[in-house]
Amino acid sequence: MYTTEQYEGMIAETITIKGYNGDEIHTYYARPQGPGPFPAVVVIHHLPGWDEIYRDFTRKLAHHGYLAISPDLYCRDAHGVPEDVAAAVRAEGGAPDDRVMGDLKAAADYVLSLPSSNGKVAVWGTCSGGRHAFLAGCKLDVFDAVIECWGGNVIMGADQLTEKQPVSPNEYTSDLNAPLLGLFGDLDQSPTAEQVNQHEAELKAAGKDYEFHRYPEAGHGFFYYHAPIYHQSSAVDGWEKMFNFLSRHLS
Amino acid sequence: MCTMICERAAMEGSGKGREGWFPLKTANVSYDHPFNAPWEYALNIDFVNEDRGVGARVAVELSPESAKLLAETIFAALRRGEADPQIQVSVL
Repeated sequence: MYTTEQYEGMIAETITIKGYNGDEIHTYYARPQGPGPFPAVVVIHHLPGWDEIYRDFTRKLAHHGYLAISPDLYCRDAHGVPEDVAAAVRAEGGAPDDRVMGDLKAAADYVLSLPSSNGKVAVWGTCSGGRHAFLAGCKLDVFDAVIECWGGNVIMGADQLTEKQPVSPNEYTSDLNAPLLGLFGDLDQSPTAEQVNQHEAELKAAGKDYEFHRYPEAGHGFFYYHAPIYHQSSAVDGWEKMFNFLSRHLS
Repeated sequence: MCTMICERAAMEGSGKGREGWFPLKTANVSYDHPFNAPWEYALNIDFVNEDRGVGARVAVELSPESAKLLAETIFAALRRGEADPQIQVSVL
């Protein structure tokens, strides 16, 4: 916990790492100054892009003492204003799941390789990033904790599957290999309350370590303070739940 | 973005983007999260020219009712224009 008499500093910058298939990709990397050791969080941007709010989120985690790294999942697709890049990726059906998993693994391996790492790393994402976070917790074996915020399309119908998203993530539930925190708004349309119920039932049936917190007055994206969907009391409580969860699992 | 509902159509025409007019190539019509409109979901239309980079984009984000009204209005204007024998579409 930061107190006012302490020195505080952070470095936040774009760096290049080798992602999926050895491709060079940009990541936004924010970390506290000092030798550490610090726990780490891989921050997955939402489908609207590698945008300003995700830089804010990444720095917020660094302020709280985490090595926070957010890869640009669209780095190979295009560069430009984040909305324009995201619109182009949207038109192409989003980023391929396998490529995203490779990039997340690379980001985790990078922070774990640093002398300032304490050897623990979590993954966190919202919206499509929440889906990716859950998928990463199932398909990768590198994460010590997973935070899924309102992951859309964790449960996909057969008509939604594509070459880029070929399997509904909930099919991998039995492979989840880290504790999971889920935050959801009951007014959300993707995922719906019924889908969250199903998601939770499948985790419970598989005997997984999870905790879900659901906010009756919140819809989708209730952390997004730049949009009307922001819901203040739910967001404040959600951040508190996140930091509590991270401190318990990454110490 | 969460829905991944996106339909594409080839376009002929011009759009005015942040750097002025450019020839259109495609309309991407999605039913998904908007960037700016104040709803969780919207009918989004991006008029783009992929050959000119992602910045060659004219975007609108509409409520579903507005989108339906726009579609009807387009057809209404087309019906009137195409019914007039003195109006011919040709490249000047």
